[in-house]
Amino acid sequence: MKRKFQTRIKERAIEGVLLLSALSSIFITLSIVFVLFYEALGFFKDVSVWQFITGTQWTPLFAQPKFGILPLVSGTLLVTGIAVLVALPIGLIVAIYLSEYAPHRVREVAKPILELLAAVPTVVYGYFALLFLTPILRNFIPELSGFNALSPGIIMGVMIIPYVSSVSEDSMKAVPMHIREGSYATGATKFQTAIRVIIPSAFSGIAAAFIIGISRAIGETMVVAIAAGMMPNLTFNPIEPIQTLTAYIVGVSLGDVPHGTIEYKTIFAAGITLFFMTLSLNILGFWFRKRIREVY
Amino acid sequence: MAINEKRTQEIRRRIARNKFRDHLFWVVGLFSTLVGFVVLFALVIDLFADGFPRLSWSFLTSYPSRFPEKAGILSAWVGTTLVMIVTAASAVPLGIAAGIYLEEYARKNWLTHLIEINMNNLAGFPSIIYGLVALGLFVYFLKLGESILTGGLTLGLLILPMVVISTRESIKAIPNSIREASCALGATKWQTIKDHIVPYSMGGILTGMIIGLSRAIGETAPIITVGALTFIAFLPSSPITSTFPFLSFKWLFDPFTVMPIQMFNWVSRPQKEFHLNAAAAGIILLLMTLVMNGFAIYLRHKFRKRIKW
Repeated sequence: MKRKFQTRIKERAIEGVLLLSALSSIFITLSIVFVLFYEALGFFKDVSVWQFITGTQWTPLFAQPKFGILPLVSGTLLVTGIAVLVALPIGLIVAIYLSEYAPHRVREVAKPILELLAAVPTVVYGYFALLFLTPILRNFIPELSGFNALSPGIIMGVMIIPYVSSVSEDSMKAVPMHIREGSYATGATKFQTAIRVIIPSAFSGIAAAFIIGISRAIGETMVVAIAAGMMPNLTFNPIEPIQTLTAYIVGVSLGDVPHGTIEYKTIFAAGITLFFMTLSLNILGFWFRKRIREVY
Repeated sequence: MAINEKRTQEIRRRIARNKFRDHLFWVVGLFSTLVGFVVLFALVIDLFADGFPRLSWSFLTSYPSRFPEKAGILSAWVGTTLVMIVTAASAVPLGIAAGIYLEEYARKNWLTHLIEINMNNLAGFPSIIYGLVALGLFVYFLKLGESILTGGLTLGLLILPMVVISTRESIKAIPNSIREASCALGATKWQTIKDHIVPYSMGGILTGMIIGLSRAIGETAPIITVGALTFIAFLPSSPITSTFPFLSFKWLFDPFTVMPIQMFNWVSRPQKEFHLNAAAAGIILLLMTLVMNGFAIYLRHKFRKRIKW
């Protein structure tokens, strides 16, 4: 009798410990939100929100500081745009190829190698963009500056191909075979089936994959910190040096950042901007993923 | 008759055109897949061409230096190893426990749902956000300082969702009949989990853990944010001491640097000689991640083949 009681207590205790572990994720999210908001609040005591989101100059460490986030946002969007132009079409084509065309053996080899693209440390990609791709691009575009948005953008695009292709491919694979067979039976080729049947059926999954890719590109740090320069620059010209939100945070953090200083506050202001950008993409992606489950 | 002939020809032309497009796409698809391979290949060749001559025993056993030919990565790889120990020790037990709870215990209610959404959401945040939060939370609020402990915990937070998700995936793959058989023999829930569920899903859990750690090894941004130094010419205090109790945890609170930061530091210098050092550090970093990923792929393959329900 006593033993049974002990067992029950033990079972309960273990369940409690496991529950606490699961709850840690909520605790982490709460601390992310709390810390970001708390520290950014310190910044917005000094600088008005309006000035922050409409200012066109970001020179927080100058004698006459200007706190306009737009140059950093434009830098982020520019690099993300270039990366997306590379990653989305290639990622989608790779997904169609692997899901509809490639023989089993090819897929078994190709998928792990593609995954390795996402596993290479980003600082290595930064090295590659700065010291390999930029010099090559300069042969074609002589006016390209040594630090620019184009080269890290392209490299980042290649880096996120596997994120886009693997989620898209999974959702294409999930399209039931009889839908394909119906299309083949009407005489459609694989290509026609892929374009007119598979892509519309797997649309939610593909959209979710695209969003994951975009969100990766926005948050990517080291490639741009190394190869895009460190110059807040309100431009959409890809051959100029720029600075992204993430690169700004890293650039400031390389020095000493004592608590409460203006440097400290600005990195949290940049951080919370980044947070809202990725959070809205996360929500959009979540909405698309939920739709996938509803289809079949 | 003539009209039919024309029509047949028209249809034949169309079929030929569709077939051509089909073949064309096959080629385009193959080439797009090769884009990734080509970049990976070029990257490895480029790194080796620049950095291979710099690789030597003294490169591994020297501290960074103002003179590129004397500089090495000793403090960097020691730092990376120690940070990884903290990361694994914090994220792996917590992640596995959370995964087990969500798969085996959690009832379908709002709390479980919230945790699930939240887990996916966490995995979607950029790593630098974790760095900022760790700066506010670990460095200034908990006063852990710019130490190995802070660095390791930061990366632990980062890979926690990965460990949880892979744990759940592999637990999910175990059929219910196993659980029922165990319960039928009188095992309690925890005994079932401890003796059956966890051992059977070990392959997937290990794979997730290794992939998470390989991601953490390459992470630079959050570690810079929490204040790792870029120039460290000493080692953290030794974990083994000559006096009782022979173990010391003082190293947890020492300043540190890691491999990717060392590489970043060398890349951002203007001198060409330092770039060669960066390439050499890059080779080592790349080898570390590739070996870990290769091992994970191998494990996944092995366990998938061996276990058949």
